[in-house]
Amino acid sequence: MLRHQRHTYRPLYEGLRCVDSLLHRYEAILARLNKQEPRLPTASIAAWAPRSHTNQQHTGVLALDTAASYNDKVVRQFSIMVVVWGIVGMLVGVFIAAQLIWPQLNFDLPFLTYSRLRPLHTNAVIFAFGGSALFATAYYVVQRTCHVRLAFDKLAAFTFWGWQLIIVLAAITLPLGITQSKEYAELEWPIDLLIAVVWVAFAIVFFGTIYKRRIKHIYVANWFYGAFIITIAVLHIINNLAIPVSPTKSYSIYTGVVDGMVQWWYGHNAVGFFLTAGFLGMMYYFVPKQAGRPVYSYRLSVVHFWSLIAIYMWAGPHHLHYTSLPDWAQTLGMVFSIILLAPSWGGMINGMMTLSGAWHKLRSDPILKFMIVALSFYGMSTFEGPMMSIKTVNALSHYTNWTIGHVHSGALGWVAMMTIGSLYSLIPRLYNREAMYSTKLIDVHFWTSTIGVVLYAVPMWIAGVTEGLMWRAVNDDGTLTYSFVESLKAVEPYHFIRLLGGLLFFSGMIIMAYNVWKTVSEKKPVPVAVLEPA
Amino acid sequence: MDVNDIRAVLTAIIFFAFIGIWVWAWSSRRKADFDASAALPLEEDHPISNNEREKI
Repeated sequence: MLRHQRHTYRPLYEGLRCVDSLLHRYEAILARLNKQEPRLPTASIAAWAPRSHTNQQHTGVLALDTAASYNDKVVRQFSIMVVVWGIVGMLVGVFIAAQLIWPQLNFDLPFLTYSRLRPLHTNAVIFAFGGSALFATAYYVVQRTCHVRLAFDKLAAFTFWGWQLIIVLAAITLPLGITQSKEYAELEWPIDLLIAVVWVAFAIVFFGTIYKRRIKHIYVANWFYGAFIITIAVLHIINNLAIPVSPTKSYSIYTGVVDGMVQWWYGHNAVGFFLTAGFLGMMYYFVPKQAGRPVYSYRLSVVHFWSLIAIYMWAGPHHLHYTSLPDWAQTLGMVFSIILLAPSWGGMINGMMTLSGAWHKLRSDPILKFMIVALSFYGMSTFEGPMMSIKTVNALSHYTNWTIGHVHSGALGWVAMMTIGSLYSLIPRLYNREAMYSTKLIDVHFWTSTIGVVLYAVPMWIAGVTEGLMWRAVNDDGTLTYSFVESLKAVEPYHFIRLLGGLLFFSGMIIMAYNVWKTVSEKKPVPVAVLEPA
Repeated sequence: MDVNDIRAVLTAIIFFAFIGIWVWAWSSRRKADFDASAALPLEEDHPISNNEREKI
């Protein structure tokens, strides 16, 4: 259904359409030079044309032009890379976990030191693994729920190749020690510029598709994806404002405590919007899809969306408790973090209750098990987070392994398991199959992942509390009871159990890679017809 | 007017906007639209078969 507000943005979209058709022209010329047939030169132009379906004859579901099929190629590309980058990122994680027990594993090589590989691990799992999953599912969901082909095929392809290039550049520069030294924003300014360009292209493709949608209402998953895309653009650009002094070195425009606050405003909202809002979008589509039931309460999802995005923005200062950040800002961050429990649990309950009346499906469907366990970990870590943001609790937990345990119960338990479940649901559909090659292997993967997360998180909690208590212990004369080295010695066994948990989770990804390989190599994908407007 | 007055007013506006969203979402007039939206993920794909593709 066309909306009249459309006309306001018409010139802008006509402009973008011109750019897209120029890209097609360019490819056609290149193809002619290579004496090849240009590939579907009119595809995305046709796809773009506003479709007034009220006065157009239909040939049923299978209208016979390219616009009548979804752009699943870019979804397939991103989906496969999720598995590849998941394996790479988690392998680096397992390696640095081993380095914490056996430091000689850096082999005295600068590019293998913990300090350089740790940002490689975080960037790979968050932005390469998680990012590819968000691209893949956002592109899939927005097409299916808007009943329209993705806007701007070429621009979508650009986001895929651009994002992969960024990941490769990160994998080269971080081990070389080229870094801005901002957590989760380590990449230097030329790469930051490229990220900004790719991200804006992502926004144009996503919102362009929303714009030409043929469904009146914008499905709630798209609201979450949309908020994630806009917010990450704002966060990335503001936190990375810097003055370059060479191609590989820049200085942040912020200083002192302002730098700290901007960094953790970025850092916490990267958690809130990249690792939460984006994956909630995934949850709101793939949990109902897999359960075969609509979301438990659509109204709750609307309130969930607005409260989550409004409150998350203010929680960042809890990363700076007891620092030189003004006390009122610390308290503000703490209060908003505690309030966050409400929307987080509202969303979790909404996801879980989607299964009400269909709980028996958990017995036979390991994909649903992945999703429900992911939601359970989401609930646990969104309870743990507000608790840790309370200043007196933070005095014990901050700078200890408790934080690492918390992050991984969120990252492995929530983000990775929701991603894995959604991919197992998505990949067969992308390759015209009924199901994955082996459901048994999905079940094996489920158990390795679940046991892996538990083996990871529990020892980290114990280690964290141990460290916190040892660091604050004082003798009667006011001197510290324990030296720092003693606390390191005390947590060594827990580091070892954590390594086992990480190894288990990693091995699950290998099982997944095999299962995905067998699924995608046997059958050729076929185009899927765009559904009629509702 | 002090800047804190503006902050207080803004807080009140946002608070009532949030209540407004809640009332809007729970109003019975939204139910039909919401039900239609909630059904969107349940739609099945229609792969275009080889025969149909030849016609393109």
